[in-house]
Amino acid sequence: MVMVQVIVGGLLLGAIYALFSSGLTLIWGMMNFINFAHGEFVMLGMYVALLAVTWLGGGPAVFGIAAAVALCALGVVIYFSLIRHVARGPMLAQILSTFGLALLLRYSAFYIFSANFVSLPQSSLSGTINLAGIYLPVAQLVAGAVAIFLTMSLHMLLTRTTIGSKLLAVAEDRTAAMLMGIRPDRMQALAWGLSAGAAGIAGALMATAYPWSPSVGETFGLIAFVVVALGGFGSVLGSLYAGLIIGLIQAVSAFWLGAIYKDIVVYGLFVALLWFRPQGLMGKA
Amino acid sequence: MKNILSPRLGLIILTAGLLLYPLAFTGAFYRDIGVTFLLAAISASAWNIVGGYAGQVSVGHCMFFGLGAYAPLLFYNLWGWPPLAGVPAGVVLAVALAIVIGMPTFRLTGHYFSMATIAVAELIRIFTGTWTFVGAAIGLQGPATGRGWWDLTFRGELPYYYIFLAVLGVLLAVTAALERRRFGFYLRAIKASERAARSLGVPVRETKLQALALSAAFTAVAGSLYVVKTGFIDPDSGFGILVSVQMVIVAALGGAGTLFGPLIGALILIPLQTTTNSLFGGGGSGLTYILYGGIIVIIARFEPGGVLDLWHRAVPQRWRRAHAA
Repeated sequence: MVMVQVIVGGLLLGAIYALFSSGLTLIWGMMNFINFAHGEFVMLGMYVALLAVTWLGGGPAVFGIAAAVALCALGVVIYFSLIRHVARGPMLAQILSTFGLALLLRYSAFYIFSANFVSLPQSSLSGTINLAGIYLPVAQLVAGAVAIFLTMSLHMLLTRTTIGSKLLAVAEDRTAAMLMGIRPDRMQALAWGLSAGAAGIAGALMATAYPWSPSVGETFGLIAFVVVALGGFGSVLGSLYAGLIIGLIQAVSAFWLGAIYKDIVVYGLFVALLWFRPQGLMGKA
Repeated sequence: MKNILSPRLGLIILTAGLLLYPLAFTGAFYRDIGVTFLLAAISASAWNIVGGYAGQVSVGHCMFFGLGAYAPLLFYNLWGWPPLAGVPAGVVLAVALAIVIGMPTFRLTGHYFSMATIAVAELIRIFTGTWTFVGAAIGLQGPATGRGWWDLTFRGELPYYYIFLAVLGVLLAVTAALERRRFGFYLRAIKASERAARSLGVPVRETKLQALALSAAFTAVAGSLYVVKTGFIDPDSGFGILVSVQMVIVAALGGAGTLFGPLIGALILIPLQTTTNSLFGGGGSGLTYILYGGIIVIIARFEPGGVLDLWHRAVPQRWRRAHAA
């Protein structure tokens, strides 16, 4: 029974991994560009949720939307002020731009919020429920369910709507898309908004169930790399499966080997993946 | 540097300045800045071989630095050997790791390579923190007082300064020699376009692997120098991501892929960092790293060629030519 509980807990956390990783994979698929600051977006989403609860009050719906909107805006601003100018420049500039951004955001958060762990005040989502002998915190259950719903929505948006087709057209061939009357800049800004927004709302969801500090951004950034490498670069649906798998692996290895080793297992898996199957388990060769 | 003065005169002035600096500024504070500057210049110049010249942006070079730092103190703690004896072991380990990393990851280019290096470095950092054989999270301590000159525990900064300077001199001489050889041209060809380089018959994977191994060896030496001076190492100061960050930012600030770029970068960054640390208090507040992040973003956005490149464009060609005569 304990094992079942560990597995369900891992899958619920994995759902949130899936949500923020889908943002990273979206940018990768659109622009062949890795955002090293993606984990920091998740971390900022958590603090936006905290600030929203403190200043605005209200429940998860309020701070979830606040985090999504704030991070979405940040993503668009970062696209226009930074990414657009380096995206087709030298490789060094591409990597340094978001890497520097990650440092800037992480240590600004340390400066503003201090290195202490914080958590959201008790909300309507507190308490646990008993599902056939498995005890689950309501917050985790809701967060996991919402994360799966949102990841699926993003997948639908990309595959079933006109906007999705436009995004994919720009990803496929920027010049050809432009000749069809699509504005690549707008589409890429939209992708950055969606990506950062997904990270922000994932952060807010995670904040309901887990305490955090500014340093979590680095961990989440690496986890997003692992998920994207496993699911295939550029595939949202791949991220969903891979996120759940990584959450599961983490929970089980923490349970069997001890909490310190869960990251070793996950990063080791990542290195092995890059070594043997750089295109991802579900990616195309 | 290259064009404003005749190269030889510039080199003489630079060398004389570095040699005389600790004699002109005798205060412990200034000498400490000097030693910190040299260490940053050595690490960044070592990174520059693979990150700058070959254009393979590693953000996990701390793994080599940490190996170079841990080996001497591990030898001391196990058998009481002088830390100096562990330096070759650190270099050998770093080169071995470079080969293991390089074989698979160099199939990966660009972003993939950067991601892989971060992940391996983090893996090693976390693993070191749990391994009691190397002191786990507490780290390792060196000899408190020297048992002889061979322990290299000097009271003042002066001996360290000149040892570090000698290492920097060797590293820059090696880099300068490589720059002019076929190997240097291979590296630049790979940076410009791997596919084009391969089609022209450049042995891409071998060249990249050799560059990474050489870079790793010198980075390990930098780690050894660090630990010989401080006499202490823990997972964060050896394998922490900020160690890698400093190498990248120093090289990129001065000019990645140029001989003197990392030196110029360290010349700008280290005094700046010391100033912010003494103004706002070191460590805790993390303002230094906010500054680092800001500088990296600004370089990437406006001057990916670094300060040297800016200099070459800013100083008019005619003026340079008139003065170079």
